[in-house]
Amino acid sequence: MSVNAVKIHHGYSDGSGEYYVVIDAAACNGCGLCIAGCPQKVLELQTVMMDLEDKSVAAVKEEHRKKIKYTCSACKPEGQKTPCSRACKNKAVSVVWNKH
Amino acid sequence: MSQKGTAGFWRWEEYQRVFPERKKPGLVTAGVDVGSVGSKAAIMIDGEAYSWAVMRTGSNSPDSAKKVLDWALEGTGFSLADLQYTVGTGYGRVNVPMANKAITEIACHAKGANYIWGPTVRTVLDVGGQDIKAIRIDETGRVTSFLMNDKCAAGTGRGMEVFADLLQIPIEQIGEFSLKVDKEPEPVSCTCVAFAKTEAMGLLRNGWSKEKVLAAYTRAMALRMANLINRVGLEKELVITGGQSKNVGVVSRIETILNVKCLPAPNWREKGLDPMIAGALGAALLARALYLKTQAS
Repeated sequence: MSVNAVKIHHGYSDGSGEYYVVIDAAACNGCGLCIAGCPQKVLELQTVMMDLEDKSVAAVKEEHRKKIKYTCSACKPEGQKTPCSRACKNKAVSVVWNKH
Repeated sequence: MSQKGTAGFWRWEEYQRVFPERKKPGLVTAGVDVGSVGSKAAIMIDGEAYSWAVMRTGSNSPDSAKKVLDWALEGTGFSLADLQYTVGTGYGRVNVPMANKAITEIACHAKGANYIWGPTVRTVLDVGGQDIKAIRIDETGRVTSFLMNDKCAAGTGRGMEVFADLLQIPIEQIGEFSLKVDKEPEPVSCTCVAFAKTEAMGLLRNGWSKEKVLAAYTRAMALRMANLINRVGLEKELVITGGQSKNVGVVSRIETILNVKCLPAPNWREKGLDPMIAGALGAALLARALYLKTQAS
């Protein structure tokens, strides 16, 4: 993680555990490799404001944000790299997957 | 401080405030934060808070945005046409018709907390009406980590309102009420707002006092919030924004769980800035910065 990382957590924690796709908006260059690499088509580019500039970065689609526990379970992120994080050359994508 | 509306005892009061002594020639910007439960608007002159208003969000977001901004402008001598740049943020940000730009909460809340408490703030917990945000920022108010849990209203301000209504306790007193227990009870197992009433009724029927039920529920909420803070990583100073920053029961329990003291909320009833308007203040500050940027280019 670079010192200037801007980690945006997409997901939630509920009674069963915590589930997040984390995008480092500073490291993400909007190349879209993670979007293409995701078998569930969960990701898209969204605009965030960084240092007064609009920047297009990878993000979890609105319709998936509240159910990634189910959609992302297909990649079983426990203890292994997921297709989305492997696809990123800038190490901007990571997944948090802690089941209680 | 002027008030209006017939807000029930179970919800925060709607109010507006102007600081006439702060009026001066300068760049007038506005921030409008349309939340799921509350709408907030702040007017700034050269980056200093001049007036603001806090209202209930209605079923119609564009209408709420207009109403709360109109109220913030009341008695200021300014009209909509005097606003040189307006930023909309929050859950209903795309429905702020008068805004020059809509910006996600990510940047706005961080800037707002930095403005209210100053550069020592590193962690912000925003407990909104239907979501909870945990944010890490640097000394300039720039975000380094952001997490928003809006999957359900469990452990949010809305849950507290349900309890205030159920137990017939005014929302302003609910925090102190929850602390009136000799021994902290076990937290309730379920903070779900939909099931909270059923669970609370069951506990009351079993002979639990209102205070004990409230303590158990508040503790469960605080544990949930502390988990989110731990996910982004706690670094001092910690501040709490949103309606629950005024709930001493929530704040003191988070402090106990995390073993940290929050920076106290400013005395918002007197001259201080209301932690509830952090998002709107941040939006107004970004509005100023964006306006200056467009002028420079």
